Parts: sequence; structure tokens; C-alpha cells
Amino acid sequence: MKVGILGAGKVGVVLAQLALKAGHEVCIAGSGDPAKIALSVKVLTPGAHAVAKEEASREGDIVILALPLSKYPTIPKDALNGKLVIDAMNYWHEVDGPREDTIPEGATSSEQIQLFLDTARVVKALSHMGYHELHDAPLPKGTEGRKAVAIAGDRQEDIQAVGGFIDSLGFDPLPIGPLKSGFVLEPGQAGFGMYADKETLQVALSV
Amino acid sequence: MAAKNKDTYKDVTFGLTTFGDIPVDENGKLFTHAASIRQVVEEAVLADKLGVDNIGLGEHHRPDFSISSPETILAGIATRTKNITLATAVTVLSSDDPVRVFQRFSTLDALSNGRAQVILGRGSFTESFPLFGYDLRDYNELFEEKVELFHALLDEKPVSWEGQTRAALKDADVYPKTEKGRLDVAIGVGGSPESVIRAARYGFQVVFAIIGGKPERFAPYVELYKHATEDLGTPTLPIAVHSPGFIADTDEEAFELSWPNYKLMWDSVGKTRGWPPYSYEQFKSEVNEGSHYVGSPETVAQKIAKTIKTLGAERFDLVYGGGNLPASARMKMIKLYGEKVIPRVRELLKES
Repeated sequence: MKVGILGAGKVGVVLAQLALKAGHEVCIAGSGDPAKIALSVKVLTPGAHAVAKEEASREGDIVILALPLSKYPTIPKDALNGKLVIDAMNYWHEVDGPREDTIPEGATSSEQIQLFLDTARVVKALSHMGYHELHDAPLPKGTEGRKAVAIAGDRQEDIQAVGGFIDSLGFDPLPIGPLKSGFVLEPGQAGFGMYADKETLQVALSV
Repeated sequence: MAAKNKDTYKDVTFGLTTFGDIPVDENGKLFTHAASIRQVVEEAVLADKLGVDNIGLGEHHRPDFSISSPETILAGIATRTKNITLATAVTVLSSDDPVRVFQRFSTLDALSNGRAQVILGRGSFTESFPLFGYDLRDYNELFEEKVELFHALLDEKPVSWEGQTRAALKDADVYPKTEKGRLDVAIGVGGSPESVIRAARYGFQVVFAIIGGKPERFAPYVELYKHATEDLGTPTLPIAVHSPGFIADTDEEAFELSWPNYKLMWDSVGKTRGWPPYSYEQFKSEVNEGSHYVGSPETVAQKIAKTIKTLGAERFDLVYGGGNLPASARMKMIKLYGEKVIPRVRELLKES
């Protein structure tokens, strides 16, 4: 599978490393000129292509959003027309400033992303674990203690596709409901920071 | 990463870092902030006597950490110690004035006969932003510009500078000058590739803050730093590692002292950031295979030696004191670190 990643910071790098290890082709983009991240990509994620964000968006069968949440207006939305998009972002006061500047009251962050990317198919996943946990945790399918990744999305086939991808990275996928239900995965909620196997995560999220 | 030959490790240095957490006395009573600060001075004096190479003080602006003005305390330590390097961990440059930072550290360097070290960082704590009137949305720009100005000041010649985040300078000469002609500066990095490349660009030493997960995750970042310095033609300086831990006579005692206190500190910070409560499993896994150096002197020494070898590091700083530990246990820990852990790590590195 071809995976596009928007964001070449801590999270983007770890997700690229996992996708490469799983045998996927990876295109990764930072906020600007690909030349700026060429060295990091060569050394940290050998085999991945450093590209512009438009190219990463167009090329990916799945495109992962791993940029600071408040930067979402810079996502090339036209290039994501009809695409399956994983929103791995979290609202983070330290980086994003006041929440209401980025997300309207009453909305979840992923709903806001879906509203912005109105022609893409947005699924929330890979956002509730720390990047160092994501890095260290992958295990082959069926291994005891394999960690689970929660998935929130509105279309069954998209949840399935993201589930298959997450499985390939080394985690048990756990669908928890529609995109809206991704609220429980946001910072401060029950699912945030959950670094647990599927059963434990199911219990914690009552799904 | 390429294995180093054993001579490479002869210059490895060992430090201690604290944020000035509030200790308790023998009756379990919390120290005041003022007493906590005096405690840190006593700890640094002990560390110096034991030959620990450096002491690093963090900068925070919240009730659970007593140190908000690290270089003031370092100045106190300077006049009572002989050899120990006096560092910050870190100086939150984004919400400070580079000119004042330079002045405070060149003053500290004077008081300590050249033992000051600035460790710059963006800081993972952001309380300083509203406190000093900065907007978090300018996080990146503030750091980028201020590092640039601070770097220019290090030449100790008149500086002309213009930017968005501070008043412009025209041929400004800043005093006092240092005797050695240049302040010792490092930069704290939490694993953002951009920060690694920035450090390489400015020729600053990198201190990797590895507070969770397996240390080997940082090996590619060490490679990135080396590649970046080669590409940019800047010096490839020794790598430093900063990780939390605690030492007692036995593994059990260290664990029992450390776990509830680390949790206390973590959860207090986490509450303001939306983190879930720190779990016992998480702590155990950090101690067993992650980045917490908790245990007897032998256990901690083995683990430090392994990290130094894995990353080719030449400096290791142990962050101690998280939570409300008894002051006596903290003093004991420093004694064990200086008398047992450091010599044992040196021995282990020689064997390799």
C-alpha cells in the first residue's frame, strides 16, 4: 500500500518508520520545501520519499495527518478529494493555543477535520498513544499483550480498510463507533493515553 | 550505529539534574519552596564533593517545582563548589530575553571560574508564556529568532539584530564578557528532527531528553545529528543523554520510593495536559526496559552503561527527585550515584 504522511515531526517520523517496517511505500511531507526534510527522511526513515504535501496527499492510498492540529487549514484539501484519511492529530494547548480558535464549541477535533476536508473520508485513529509507545509496541498478530488502536469513523468500509492497515503496523484494531465517538480518544478523556491490549481498551471505552 | 572503541569512553561525564521538586522531612512534612531551594544547594555541594561532573537545574513556573530562576541558585552553588559544571536543564529561551540570558550566564561563569553551561530548550512546559506575556501561537518563531540572537551574542562582540519578537539591536555590546571568550552552550532536544538539525546548524551540543520508551529509539537521531553536522560543516560534538531515575541500596527500595513519587509528579503535570493517570505497568516497563534508571547502584550502572554504548553518548545526566521524596533519600541517592554508580559505569565501559 502507498501511505502518505503529512507532518514530519515526532509523530510523523514514528508512523513512517512503522509503515516502512510493515512493507508499505511511504511519502512524507513537512510544512514546506521537501528539501528541508530530505536529510531527516534519509536518516530516520530510510526508504521513504520526502515530497511536497500535495504529492503525499495525491499519492497515498491512505493519507495520515500528523501535523499540529491548528495547522489543518494548510492541508491541501483538493488533493485529498475522495481519499481515505487517518486523523492522528490531537488538540494540544501548548502548540495550538486556545481550543476555540481551532475547534468550534461542541465539535470534536476530527469532526472539524472532516468538515474542512469535506470530500475526503476521515477516520480517527493512531492518536491516543504516545509516539514512543507507538514506536516500541508493534507485535505480530496473535501475540499475547499486543496493543490495540481505537478507530472512529462513519463508513464501515473505511473502518475496515484502516483496521487492516493498523493490523499491518502491529496493533489490534478496535472500532469504537462513528467519527463523533472519537471524543473519548481526545486528551483528558477516557481513551487518551490508553496503551493497552484490545480487551482492556474495550472495557475502558465500554465498546 | 558504529561501535566505539573503549578509549572513546574515557571522557564520558556524569551529571545530575533536578527541577527542585518539593521534598519531605523525616516526619513526612513538605518543605517550603525556600527550603527546597536550599536543599538543592546542599545536594549540589555533595555532588561536587563526590566528583559528579555537572548539576543541571530546570526552569518551571508551577507549585510542584521550586526552581523558576535556576541561575540564581546556580550562583549560590557556584560560591560553595569547586569543580562541578553548573548547567540549566533547560533555559526556556522562547519566553526569555537572549540578552539577559547571556548576561546572567556570563555572570554565573564569572562567579564559578568558567563552570557555567546554558542548556537551551523550547521546554515542554508552557507556563512561562502567559506569565511573561508571550503567545503560545508564536512558539516556533520565538525560539527560532531568539536562538539566532543568542548565538550572535556568543561571539562577545557588538551585535546588530532585527526581528519580530524583540526590540532591534544596533551595535549593542553586552557585558560582562567571559574570561574564556565563549559561553558553553548546549541545546535540549526531545526528539523532533527539526531541533536536531537546528543544534547542528548552530554548532551546539545536543542533550537528548529521553524520558520514556527504549533509549535505542534515539539511535537514528544521533545519526541524524552526525549527518547534519557533516553536511553543514559544523563540529560533531559529543552527545548527551538526560533521563529520570532513582537509586537506593536495593532495587526494591528504589522502586518503592520512586514509584508513588514519580506518579505524583507525572499526574500533577498530566492533569493540566489531559494525560491519563500514570499506571504501575507503565512505570514498571520504563524501569525494566525503558528510560527510567531506578534500582540499586549495580542495576542503574548496568543500565546507564548500556545506554551510553547504544547511543555512543559521552555524557549522562540523571534527573532525580521527582515527587515528594524524603530529603534524606535524595542525599543518599546522590551519595550512591557518586560513590558507586559512576565508578561502576566507568568500569563497565572499560570492559567493553
